[in-house]
Amino acid sequence: MTDVIFSALLGLLTIERFAFMLLGVSVGLVIGVLPGLGGIAGLSLLLPFIYGMDPVAAIAMLIGLVAVVPTADTFSSVLMGIPGSSASQATVLDGFPLAKQGEAARALSAAFFASMFGGLFGALVLTGAVLAARPIILMFGSAELFMLTLFGLSTVAALSGGNLAKGIAAACLGLAFGMIGAAPATGEYRMDFDTLYLSDGIALVIVGLGIFALPEMFDLLRNGGSIAEGQKLGKGWFQGLRDVVRNWWLSLRCAGIGALIGAIPGIGGSVVDWIAYSHAMQTTKDKSGYGKGDIRGVIAPESANNATQGGALLPTLLFGIPGSGSMAIFLAGMILIGIQPGPAMADRNLDVTYTIIWSLAIANVLGTALCIILAPQISRLTLIRYSLIAPFMVMVICFAAFQASRSFWDLVALLAVGVLGVFMRRFGWSRPAFLIGFVLSLGAERYLYQAVQFSGLEFLTRPLVLVILALTLLSLWAGLRKSSAAVNTEGSVETSRAERMWPQIAFGAFLLAIFGFVVLEGLKNSYLAMLFPVIVGSLGFAMVLLVMAAQLRGPVKAGTANFDTEANATDRGPWPFLLWFTAFIAGVAVVGFFAALIVWFVVFLTVVARTRPLTTVLLTAVACGFILVLASFLNLVFPGGLLQEMVRLPWPFR
Amino acid sequence: MTTIRRRTLIAAAGAATLAAPAVRAQGVSFAGQTIEWVIPFAEGGGSDVWARFLAPFLSRHMPGRPNVVIRNVPGGGSITGTNDFYQRARPDGLTFIGTSGSTQFPFLLGDRRVRYDYANMPPVIVSPTGGVVYLPARFNVRNASELGRLRGTELVYASQGATSLDLVPMLAFIVLGLNVRHVFGMRGRGEGRLALERGEATIDYQTSSAYLQQVRPMVERGQVVPLFSWGVLDAQGNVQRDPTFPDLPHFVEAYEMMHGRRPSGVEFNAYMAFFASGFAAQKPAMLPPRTPANIVQAYRQAFAAAVADPELQANKAEALGDYEQAVGDAVEPLYRIATTIDPAAREWARNFLATTYNVRFN
Repeated sequence: MTDVIFSALLGLLTIERFAFMLLGVSVGLVIGVLPGLGGIAGLSLLLPFIYGMDPVAAIAMLIGLVAVVPTADTFSSVLMGIPGSSASQATVLDGFPLAKQGEAARALSAAFFASMFGGLFGALVLTGAVLAARPIILMFGSAELFMLTLFGLSTVAALSGGNLAKGIAAACLGLAFGMIGAAPATGEYRMDFDTLYLSDGIALVIVGLGIFALPEMFDLLRNGGSIAEGQKLGKGWFQGLRDVVRNWWLSLRCAGIGALIGAIPGIGGSVVDWIAYSHAMQTTKDKSGYGKGDIRGVIAPESANNATQGGALLPTLLFGIPGSGSMAIFLAGMILIGIQPGPAMADRNLDVTYTIIWSLAIANVLGTALCIILAPQISRLTLIRYSLIAPFMVMVICFAAFQASRSFWDLVALLAVGVLGVFMRRFGWSRPAFLIGFVLSLGAERYLYQAVQFSGLEFLTRPLVLVILALTLLSLWAGLRKSSAAVNTEGSVETSRAERMWPQIAFGAFLLAIFGFVVLEGLKNSYLAMLFPVIVGSLGFAMVLLVMAAQLRGPVKAGTANFDTEANATDRGPWPFLLWFTAFIAGVAVVGFFAALIVWFVVFLTVVARTRPLTTVLLTAVACGFILVLASFLNLVFPGGLLQEMVRLPWPFR
Repeated sequence: MTTIRRRTLIAAAGAATLAAPAVRAQGVSFAGQTIEWVIPFAEGGGSDVWARFLAPFLSRHMPGRPNVVIRNVPGGGSITGTNDFYQRARPDGLTFIGTSGSTQFPFLLGDRRVRYDYANMPPVIVSPTGGVVYLPARFNVRNASELGRLRGTELVYASQGATSLDLVPMLAFIVLGLNVRHVFGMRGRGEGRLALERGEATIDYQTSSAYLQQVRPMVERGQVVPLFSWGVLDAQGNVQRDPTFPDLPHFVEAYEMMHGRRPSGVEFNAYMAFFASGFAAQKPAMLPPRTPANIVQAYRQAFAAAVADPELQANKAEALGDYEQAVGDAVEPLYRIATTIDPAAREWARNFLATTYNVRFN
């Protein structure tokens, strides 16, 4: 076996193949840095070039990209407070406060080294497990997968942001959003308003960007200055490395969690970072620093999300079942170069498997090195006035959002979720809890239904189910103990005590209406498709009532239920900037994406950023050029508006 | 229903005359141009791989050697992209579409969200696929003739949904008279196979390449028994053995082995329509409605030449399988079978899905 391992390494180390890996790593780096764009977009970019390539070079390129995305996506999580991809959402919670406190360098360096460690760990796991993982993966049936979704949901307790009822309600809201579209048990369409667009459900990328990125962006714009608020980036590069070394045990556990969750097909990598984050919280005595810039809150998710890739390759290679969205495209690439995954990957095609593993390991090291080299330059972005950065962010976020279904409605959905995110942030309804609910929604329902169908209620007595159940209870206990110390995901309660209660109560009433709607819509379905929406809707309804009951008792007696970050605001709130964003979407509806982008860029830069005409033109040209290159590689037609309905225009205005 | 049917037939006849073989691909050249091949699915799916594999060969054999690029328009279970194409694509030969069984099924079932009509789109290639139904060895069924032993046994099939491609096995089990419970919500056949390997499901099918890679080792170890392949359709529309599995009976043979007579009846007609659309002619590529005959002809000749390309033949195993691609004159008949359904069979299928699985069509 060792000779196979080393001949695979030698096979990789030709100049041509190494160059292709470097190409993959570079593309992955750029895609990872751009908020919202992750492995799926990156691999789609490379897919057209795969057919006819030397197989080893193609693998090196694809894996190079996959490996580096969860390292590079840290940049925007830490520096901008916007998740760079769905794998780095949890990193925002502590990474961004660190950057604001002038410790960006330390946070980034800790994140990169944790990422590299996680990535290498994942490659190591893959090396050993590829020969033995089949029976382990087969142990996880629908019943076990259902319990794992419950385990994932139990992390809400730790991430509920100071008020448990609010946290549960937020998770229920996420669960409800996740149920939009076809019901897994029967295929009935729920809450789709009879539209084709919603029949597929809302894409994770849209929810992630809407709920986290837009509110953060509006907030930064309000502050007027730069992100780092005049501070330097800090030195801390060695400090970050030391942080990882000092927390090696945490890093190792989180890498293990990442590899394991990644390896189990069906749960997917998008909650790994949250599970690792809450694990870190649950296992520390003093939690008070979490959410305010605790370095462990950066190390945990970053160790986990790179290790996930190695884990996710297991079901992909052995069973042909993609462990994540990007693995599905990687699988397509494999077929295009003539390799069909299957048991042969641990046998006849072992050389291919080890090529993949070496690519993964080397690319992780390369990616980390490149990130560290580029970090000082990229970090300078936080010193620039944010009103100059915001239009670029809007462009990239919208571009990422309409990767979901390439339609105008993606942008409308982004706006809608964004508005919800603004309010959830303002009134302290945990957005991480919402996201966890959203991601696990269909899984929870699907696997419960399947488990009951396959083995009746006896599924509860399966040994592995009981083990996961015990872990879930443990995690709940760890999250709830000293619940006042739970992380303030939306800011601290102390600074957000309001005197005027009606805005909060109005939002509560709005949530009540949503949950009422969920229950009513649920009741329209047959029994199997009705159960989940009705339970989730009722639970959410009850929790909101609880919160509102407290709020109605007055500002002081409401305690932790009283939360309004706008309570002491003296400006006009996020509204002007929300309006700017809405204007852009409206512009797209009229003249299409590209034309609207040009106009909006010029107007925004002139009015808000007050740039000189030459600078305005220059920045607009750079933005347009960049988006055109990306779109042409993806062979994308931008979402059109009324204008495009009436006249045929040449690309990119088409 | 009958009026719709008649209209469909007339339109189909119209398309057929348009594309009569006498017409030559005169004066068609796409030199220096880019042709967009619309795929109404996301990157990385079966249809995407199919198109990406064929695209370079099409480019090589099209007059003027145009650049052929794939444009993915995902959403709405492929209905969104196909609706959009049908309503908006210009018939200038610079854009065409490739669909799949999951696009054909809603059309055949009369899903009200469907705005496209296959009869109006001239087909240029049809790609078949296949699969094998198998069973754990513990049922002591050695081949299809012993399927009668399962009477009284409830089998479990891990399905992707009642109106998905798994409608074909569902109808097949009904025709055979097997008692099968369908557990929905699988995302792909891979999860279905895993459920069988874990012992949760007790009957399954896999498409040919997955069967060869994943199931054959289990057959060799004596863990599972193959029963039959779906088979392929010949030019006359008769079911023939799958070239990948010449030793395995196809579905109709399996029925005869089990029951001693040929299958018939409305259920069988419904099965045949969805089998043709989901397997024997799963992936057709079409030009927009009203595309001029010379362009249609250019495409058909290009696809015929592309499929005959020795390089394609040498590399097709993983992307296309061993199936004979329907090109040239073979396109029309297979396409028609895959995109039409007898009104009585359609009515039966709709009624069956509505009453048994709560599928709503209105």
